[in-house]
Amino acid sequence: MDYFAQQLINGIVLGSIYGLIAIGYTMVYGIVGMINFAHGDIFMIGGFIALITFLILVSFGLTAIPLILLIVLLVSMAITALYGWTVERIAYRPLRHSFRLAPMLSAIGMSFVLTNFSQISQGARVKPIPPVITGGHSLLESNGFVVRLSNAQIIVVLTTIVLLGLFTWLVSRTRLGRDMRACEQDQTMAALLGVDVDRTISMTFVIGAALAAVAGMMYLLYYGLVDFYMGFVAGIKAFTAAVLGGIGSLPGAMLGGLLIGLIETMWSAYFSVEYKDVAAFSILIVVLIFLPTGLLGRPEVEKV
Amino acid sequence: MDSRVTVAAPELTQASRREAIIFILKKAVISALVALLLFSLMIGIRTEAGPTGQLIYWTRFDDLATIVAVVFVGSIVIELLRQWWGPAPIATAIPPSVQRALGIAGKALPPVLLIFALLVPIVFYDQRYVIDTGIQVLTYVMLGWGLNVVVGLAGLLDLGYVAFYAVGSYSYALLATNFGLSFWVCLPLAGILAACWGVMLGFPVLRLRGDYLAIVTLAFGEIIRLVLVNWQSLTGGPNGVSGIPRPSFFGIPFTRDDDGFAARLGIDFSPTHRIVFLFYVILALALLTNWVTIRLRSLPIGRAWEALREDEVASRALGINITTTKLTAFAIGAMFGGFAGAFFATRQGFISPESFTFQESALVLAIVVLGGMGSQLGVALAALTLIGGFELFRGFDQYRMLVFGMAMVLLMIWRPRGLVGHRAPTVFLKQNTAISSELAREGRG
Repeated sequence: MDYFAQQLINGIVLGSIYGLIAIGYTMVYGIVGMINFAHGDIFMIGGFIALITFLILVSFGLTAIPLILLIVLLVSMAITALYGWTVERIAYRPLRHSFRLAPMLSAIGMSFVLTNFSQISQGARVKPIPPVITGGHSLLESNGFVVRLSNAQIIVVLTTIVLLGLFTWLVSRTRLGRDMRACEQDQTMAALLGVDVDRTISMTFVIGAALAAVAGMMYLLYYGLVDFYMGFVAGIKAFTAAVLGGIGSLPGAMLGGLLIGLIETMWSAYFSVEYKDVAAFSILIVVLIFLPTGLLGRPEVEKV
Repeated sequence: MDSRVTVAAPELTQASRREAIIFILKKAVISALVALLLFSLMIGIRTEAGPTGQLIYWTRFDDLATIVAVVFVGSIVIELLRQWWGPAPIATAIPPSVQRALGIAGKALPPVLLIFALLVPIVFYDQRYVIDTGIQVLTYVMLGWGLNVVVGLAGLLDLGYVAFYAVGSYSYALLATNFGLSFWVCLPLAGILAACWGVMLGFPVLRLRGDYLAIVTLAFGEIIRLVLVNWQSLTGGPNGVSGIPRPSFFGIPFTRDDDGFAARLGIDFSPTHRIVFLFYVILALALLTNWVTIRLRSLPIGRAWEALREDEVASRALGINITTTKLTAFAIGAMFGGFAGAFFATRQGFISPESFTFQESALVLAIVVLGGMGSQLGVALAALTLIGGFELFRGFDQYRMLVFGMAMVLLMIWRPRGLVGHRAPTVFLKQNTAISSELAREGRG
């Protein structure tokens, strides 16, 4: 039971990170109807930028941890968002009216570009940092097994909740959010009614990338390392999460993220660590076959 | 985009020219600023784990400045080129005489290429490197043709094709090292096993389309790779399988011994014999793939594939059995992947899961797309271009995938239908009219 509780906590933390990435997939899919294959790599870039910013701040002699974290968060969100914007501008916008496979292939190309760019510019080796947030709380203690909730975990979950709140407000209450929902329904009609479609799509990518940057930073804080290849697997898992929750649905993405995080953690805890990725990918296949619309998605009607 | 409006005006007045210059400069400055922000941390700062495990960093502002300058100048050049050429013409009218000449060249190209391929080992006998590269290119030509059945003909986007290549490789490697079966026995077995896996993948994804299908096949490819990595007792895990037997000339080994190939023919032993033999084996396999594909295209099943590619709902309405059509496409594509895999294993003598990453799948897919999806000649030319290009850039190994990724993006923007972009209908009434790729509708997969 205690072991299970501990795994539950770990799973929720991991799930929060997946959920943040999954939102980027689901938003882009909702509006442009393409799988942004490079999104996992945007997450990786976010992690790298957080790492570098952190390193610079520490070497400048800054010691107040909350201040450091806040600056790192803002810097990595801002720069990674710019990456998202640039990727959309270079690789997707010219293809908006091309044939259907074109954006997907272009996205695969962009994913290679980003992966190899960070491999070349930052080296192939794993970059570790010492634990930034230390300490934690013991929740339960029995039979010599302590269920621990570390401060890092609390911060990851809290940040996720705050950002989700902000994001929900953005989508449901602001002008931009309304434009986004309008574009999702009918781009031509939205354009006729004065919505700047290009700008809205750009902003979608920017927001998705900023959330991925947060996920990257949380990953860095929680696991204490980044490497250039982490975007690929994390990206597929987050995509799985988006599909599981119902692609196009924002609460679904978060729910899917949590479920994938939990399943992966439980699988590692009770079955085998080696096959945890296999488990996640198998879920993707099973969900798409038996539940193609996901948990909270709308069925897609095919028009002839 | 605004620039086109100002420049496309019939006469360039002084004012509009100044406007254009200002526009170009503004755009270049913005691009440079964006580049500065993007690369400030990723290139300006280099991090590395220091000797004590602590991360250290150093600055590389000169590199950063170079890149920003390159972006600035590059932006100006691109914008100037764009204005020079003006708006891209929507349809280029090719005069009939040129069209006819091109048609003749297009007809003559396959036999010329084939004769060239047959002559490569003879002409370049002393340059082992050339023959090796040729084998490499032909392996990808074969993979491209195999995937072409799935993607180009049936219109099913498969991002996990490398899984079948892996199945073929490991089938041969394990059968040969554990049971001592020869290459020629294992080759069909590898093909059959891969085809079975193709059906196994095909069954669950029958209902999926387009992007979803792509992601599921990708997940499938990754699952196969992860199993290969983790099932240590069978596959040797990340260490792979080594000591895979080299192929023999139908039982006669390529060794220095008395019963070796050279001794039996009474010629001097040379290691090149085996390479030349391998070259002809893969050439034969690739041609077999091509021949089978071309024959299948004129059979009902090939027609059904093409119908499926053009419109799934319509073909179902016409009474085509979607299940068998899709499954045969997967199975046949996978079978050729399996053949190529077995060949890869015997050529390398050593295989490990590292050879079967997603990058390989993407590379083969890029070959098919670059080749115009469905065109056999296009795929061959694309494989030659891509793999040959990789060989040319061998010195810049670490930039290889970066350039490949950029090329893929640029290609999609510039020629989304591939370099040889036309899709000739297999069946036609009275006259064969090749449709320009811009007009052909994509497969719905």
